[in-house]
Amino acid sequence: MSYQVNEKGYYGEFGGAYIPEMMVPNIEELRRTYLEIINSYDFRQEFIGLLKNYVGRPSPLYLAKRLSEKYQSNIYLKREDLNHTGSHKINNTIGQILVAKKLGKHRIIAETGAGQHGLATATVCALMGLKCIVYMGAVDVERQAPNVKKMRMLGAEVIPAISGNQTLKDATNEAMRDWINNPVDTHYIIGSVVGPHPYPDMVARFQSVISEEIRWQLEEQTGKENPTRVIACVGGGSNAAGAFYHFLDQESVELIGVEAAGKGVDTHETAATLTLGSPGVLHSSRSILMQTDDGQVTEPYSISAGLDYPGIGPMHANLFTTHRAKYLWATDAEVLDSALELTQLEGIIPALESAHALAALKKIQLKPEEVTVINLSGRGDKDMETYLKHFGY
Amino acid sequence: MNRINKLFQEKKGQILSVYFTAGYPNLEDTVPVIEELVKNGVDLIEIGMPFSDPVADGPVIQHSSLIALQNGMSIRKLFEQLKDIRQTVDIPLILMGYINPVLQYGVKAFCQKCKEVGIDGLIIPDLPMDVFEEEFKAVFEANDLHNIFLITPQTSEERLRKIDEVSTGFIYMVSSNSTTGAKTSVSEFQKEYFERVNSLSLKNPRLIGFGISNAETFANACQYANGAIIGSAFVKAMEGSEPLGQKISGFINSIATDI
Ligand SMILES: Cc1ncc(COP(=O)(O)O)c(C=O)c1O
Repeated sequence: MSYQVNEKGYYGEFGGAYIPEMMVPNIEELRRTYLEIINSYDFRQEFIGLLKNYVGRPSPLYLAKRLSEKYQSNIYLKREDLNHTGSHKINNTIGQILVAKKLGKHRIIAETGAGQHGLATATVCALMGLKCIVYMGAVDVERQAPNVKKMRMLGAEVIPAISGNQTLKDATNEAMRDWINNPVDTHYIIGSVVGPHPYPDMVARFQSVISEEIRWQLEEQTGKENPTRVIACVGGGSNAAGAFYHFLDQESVELIGVEAAGKGVDTHETAATLTLGSPGVLHSSRSILMQTDDGQVTEPYSISAGLDYPGIGPMHANLFTTHRAKYLWATDAEVLDSALELTQLEGIIPALESAHALAALKKIQLKPEEVTVINLSGRGDKDMETYLKHFGY
Repeated sequence: MNRINKLFQEKKGQILSVYFTAGYPNLEDTVPVIEELVKNGVDLIEIGMPFSDPVADGPVIQHSSLIALQNGMSIRKLFEQLKDIRQTVDIPLILMGYINPVLQYGVKAFCQKCKEVGIDGLIIPDLPMDVFEEEFKAVFEANDLHNIFLITPQTSEERLRKIDEVSTGFIYMVSSNSTTGAKTSVSEFQKEYFERVNSLSLKNPRLIGFGISNAETFANACQYANGAIIGSAFVKAMEGSEPLGQKISGFINSIATDI
């Protein structure tokens, strides 16, 4: 069975491009050209060069000794937090800005939740001298203030989205509306493996560098390319897609995604999409989403702005229904505990999103001989205010 | 004969189509709004099924959708409201909305219910043509429902011809690549687009929509198509505290004094 997208843009029954006619020319152009562009020699050279010399890749794969001791096993951290701009998001924005340039676009739009994708987009726009507009839910503008300031300093215009819950879903709606109204010169850099085909596949390919590196780094450090399991947090699912990518067909490797349960999956304040959702169409692809019986998308909640999203990429919906990957959830409280644990055991302050992946350690049985890789998708700088409020330092 | 086909057979120009959001401003306004529109001589009505995430809509329809949902609007509720509509109304009625609520209702059950209450067509902007053909077309046809496709200034000729081939009611010509409610006047660029489409000798009649807001834009659009569709401007006119009938007749009279 293939877990990759098929030629019609579907992962099993999920995916596709449920777009209004106004978006057809842009999406069609991208669909027709993306593989040729990203597989071309020139593109590869420039992409790989920037990842190495600008982003700082490869990111380290670090054996977390004290964490491993505590859980009586071998736990490696894939240090995406050490990338330029502080998360995995830059892998994708570097790729997409090169695609946008190739397509001759000079205006870039993006949505952002935690601000990490907005920051990574503003950064590559500064790098390439392109105009950048970032849509961000008004609530997130408040709770991720440092990133807003950084984006503005980088020259991006940050536009607060004031519809709905004023979080990531609403920012995405606004970005799509912008694209509809600016059909000719604009490229929309979607920040996760969501949206219409070919976005989920394109973003997954750009993020797949994570698992490509994990394989040779593990081989170097342990003599084996495959770990027992890989764990990643899932919002839209891009860091997880990147961390899983080269292990999808290695059926012996257990894949675990961790969703944000917010205040609990039995409350209405949650973002545990796969745990609570059902099939439907949101943001132009068929996937699983949280919705009412009438098909209205429900407003999610999570302490982590990057996971505060009622949908999930179609690739994950397929991995979930085919049972290739397992999806757990972690509550705000569990996540705060795990963030503090990593900080004090390893001297690494993780992003709230990434701390969801760490929280899985308390939910699974680890054996001494096993090797677990946790994708540390981002660093905690942007979350200091939340941490300080909860821990009272 | 489907009422949409009948309308275009009988009336070749100046067709006035109006969009409104079901359940707005008040939950039980749906039927009174339809009846008032008919009374004021409107030719065709698009009944909006509100959705939580209307990405193709501008602020006015986003707002009416939000209020309608807060009022308790749903597809189930809408079908209940419309159950006797054909006793008083005989102009064509179209439901317009996004795909997800339709999928949750169940496509087949939805289409059957449409037929039962007397709906003539559907506009589902985020239902792609290929998915329509593979999964929806047969059940639409079985229930005598036309699927109305949109075209834009950016739609290629090849795709236009394909849309014309698949269409059975009329083609919805979006005046400019935009979300609903964007301000437009008929520019040179649009003229070129309208004329280009007209020169293709398509088999389907066409209505122009998006940005039609007053007598002038309506009259302009009617030069290039069989008629035009007013959405946001009408929804906006429904705000305010005057009686519904007064707001509606005031607005329609301001658009078309001669229909
Ligand atoms: C550090 C970090 N991890 C994870 C995510 C969630 O996105 P995804 O599920 O696409 O990896 C975000 C999103 O903002 C993020 O900033």
